[in-house]
Amino acid sequence: MNLKKILKQLNIFAQCRHYGLSLWQCPQFLFIVMGILIGLTSIISFAIGTRYIADPPFVAFIVLLLSAFLFVIAFLVIRSFEKLAEANRMKSEFISIVSHQLRSPLSNLRWALELLMSGRLGKIEEKQTEYFKILKENAARMRELISDLLIVSRIETATLPQKNEEFSLKDLTEKVLEGFEAFARASNVEIKFEAEKDLPLVFADPSQIRQVLENLVDNAIRYIHGRGKVEIKIKKRNKSLYFEIKDTGVGIPKEDRKYIFQKFFRSENVLKHQTQGSGLGLFIAKSIIERSGGRIGFRSEEEKGSTFWFSLPLVH
Amino acid sequence: MMKKILFIEDESALQKTFRDMLTQEGYEMISASDGETGLRLAREKKPDLILLDLVLPRMHGLEVLNKLKESPVTREIPIIILTNLEDMESVEKALSLGAGTYLVKADYGLEEVLKKIKQALK
Repeated sequence: MNLKKILKQLNIFAQCRHYGLSLWQCPQFLFIVMGILIGLTSIISFAIGTRYIADPPFVAFIVLLLSAFLFVIAFLVIRSFEKLAEANRMKSEFISIVSHQLRSPLSNLRWALELLMSGRLGKIEEKQTEYFKILKENAARMRELISDLLIVSRIETATLPQKNEEFSLKDLTEKVLEGFEAFARASNVEIKFEAEKDLPLVFADPSQIRQVLENLVDNAIRYIHGRGKVEIKIKKRNKSLYFEIKDTGVGIPKEDRKYIFQKFFRSENVLKHQTQGSGLGLFIAKSIIERSGGRIGFRSEEEKGSTFWFSLPLVH
Repeated sequence: MMKKILFIEDESALQKTFRDMLTQEGYEMISASDGETGLRLAREKKPDLILLDLVLPRMHGLEVLNKLKESPVTREIPIIILTNLEDMESVEKALSLGAGTYLVKADYGLEEVLKKIKQALK
């Protein structure tokens, strides 16, 4: 951490402004006040204790008074944390309501569009089809974004249902890859899949793991420029199954690596080439893998490519 | 004879889309935009199939479903739930009350819904 960052951390006023909290509701500020007060209280208690050594009740009274004051400050600190937690809860709730409300008009839009495009209402000119396609693709993007937002809000409010069962990660991967065949071909990307023989089953929620696989495969293909290759491997490692996906894409810049699993984070070099994407895919992947008892991580070299991996526990 | 489909749905845009599609497919579509009207029309017109949304004004879809399955007049009519509610509770409740199919709007295309309608009418 450089000096500038440390100074920034110390600038409590700016931080409190950032949270939109007044000083007396801001944890950082209150902690500093409390720290100073604890210091002062100790010194004062010591001074009074030595000065009025003959009058213990008086000393006790002063110490009690100072403690009461500290107690009030501590109470304010706790309240300020509650306020932050409350704001966070409201944000999750807000996302959930908004995304639910967005779904209905979006279904109307998608279905009306599908009916138009089917030609059932009359023939469509070629030029019109091009524009209908744009509408359709964007409606699909919006639908994915909303569904990602819903999952995030369910993860954050701990209401994402998990139905664990035994299943073959290899079979699931094959199924997912089938769905990506057209996209890979259109992007000039060759996909290679290798799995060790006689792999044991894993124990997790297959629909959630499917989502993780889709996110990882989609990223791997999406961030390759021109021709490229994606290699997927599944191996057994001790008491877990290890999945790895390696691409020859743009890679992740060093300074962005620690943020890669954060919500809404999108790397600079990705934004340069590719504007699509919600920045939620890897956050969702990490949450799902971790709640399934697995681990997730990556290695990356800028301009050369990235390798994402995860592990899942085997059936006991 | 032309098969009758009752569509209980408060979104008029969706009613229009389905009306155009279903008429073209050779069905007759009757629509209701709230739960009470839907229930009344089901009793009066005795449709061959009911498409039912769950979030409805004046009577929740699950209550409509319950009443449809309670009455001997409407008990045999197949019902497809077409909604954006996808919590397990709603799904399980609807299926246990006797809905044949449960479709989440966001997950289906129009043609897929049409296929399910045809299946249910067989």
